[in-house]
Amino acid sequence: MTFSKEVKCIVWDLDNTIWDGVLTEPGDVQLKPGLIEVIKELDRRGILHSIASKNNYEDAWKQLKAFGIGEYFLYPEIHWDTKSGSISKIRENLNIGMDTIVFIDDQPFERDEVSSVHTEVETFDAVDFQSFIENPRFMPRFITEDSGRRRLMYQEELVRKKDEEVYKGPQEGFLSTLNMEFAISEAKEEDLQRAVELTERTNQLNATGRTYSYEELQSYMTSDDHKLYICELTDKYGSYGKIGLALVEITEGHWHLKMMLMSCRVLSRSVGTVLMTYIMNQAKSEGKKLRADFKQTDRNKMMYVTYRFSNFSELENDGQGNIVFENDLTQIQPFPHYIKVELPEDITDNSTLMVK
Amino acid sequence: MNQKEQVRQFIESNLIVFEDEADLKDDDNIFQLGYVNSLFAMKLLNYIESEFNVKIETDEMDIKNFSSINNIIALLDRKLGVTE
Repeated sequence: MTFSKEVKCIVWDLDNTIWDGVLTEPGDVQLKPGLIEVIKELDRRGILHSIASKNNYEDAWKQLKAFGIGEYFLYPEIHWDTKSGSISKIRENLNIGMDTIVFIDDQPFERDEVSSVHTEVETFDAVDFQSFIENPRFMPRFITEDSGRRRLMYQEELVRKKDEEVYKGPQEGFLSTLNMEFAISEAKEEDLQRAVELTERTNQLNATGRTYSYEELQSYMTSDDHKLYICELTDKYGSYGKIGLALVEITEGHWHLKMMLMSCRVLSRSVGTVLMTYIMNQAKSEGKKLRADFKQTDRNKMMYVTYRFSNFSELENDGQGNIVFENDLTQIQPFPHYIKVELPEDITDNSTLMVK
Repeated sequence: MNQKEQVRQFIESNLIVFEDEADLKDDDNIFQLGYVNSLFAMKLLNYIESEFNVKIETDEMDIKNFSSINNIIALLDRKLGVTE
């Protein structure tokens, strides 16, 4: 099997992989020379780290913290069940594709067991970790400010989830306590790298599945016949970064939504349709209908349902999953009251104030 | 519990409403009463498909079929072959 997808997460074994020695045997374990530098560099690139280890959880976690590297690992699976099962849970918690995960372990048995269940997961021997630095799969095309914050954003999400579990009231009440702010703005030059990254990495909440180059997005950004919107979400725990993107072509009779996507990280925050509501309102205010390109896949059913429940109907369907939706804009839901929405017009007003 | 009450109970416990409503009537438009976001839409579809053992086709995923309890029940009746 050929492995080519950019890596989003490395799942590490512990004994004789992260450290030399076996934790349950007499004698101290020693962190492998050069390993912490590799972990930190990949973290800076936005690649996440997790653990699949057959060990006692408390002892292993204590040792990781003693080495000062515990903070780099998300959703560690440290128990005596299969490593393929551990990787399934890690994938589920991170909500990423299985083909963006790699696994490193000193034991051929463990590597083969994982490969037999998850053929999409590339495996590495423990001695190979130094090769990650130069491996093209571990080099995201763009490294942005958000890349370096990716692990922190997942960690902030964990705090949110714990708070949510404690909260016993209805979902709406909890959402109101988050002080969510959703900012929609027209993309600027400094947004383009993140925009490209979003088109490449977002699958499930992506209406068309298309990817765009920096130059393509730059030309749309400056075009008088197009709008390129980018969105940021923050709440009381911090910023999620730039998590939404939409490209609209404006013609005489309608707005045409050529691309829209939303990062899966904000799936539970109920902000997915705020951007759609804004675009619908803008098209309506110009007296136009709204059309939208859509590529039906097995991964974006939620997006399809979201469009249909926003009163889009199929204008064209080629029978191979390529759809053009149309919306007459007679039914547009309001912004939810538990989200403070900042619009491009607000930013324009602020700019005007600054000029004065 | 009949289908209508099952559907009502599901919506009342999952829909984020714009205002605190006392009751959800059979013909109330849920798209005007509450905020139908992606998660709610998927939950509603999954609930209807699993609870009543039906498969909602893509051409049935129309806002009209899901905008009220009565419309959801009418869709179920058509799919389950119920005749009046």
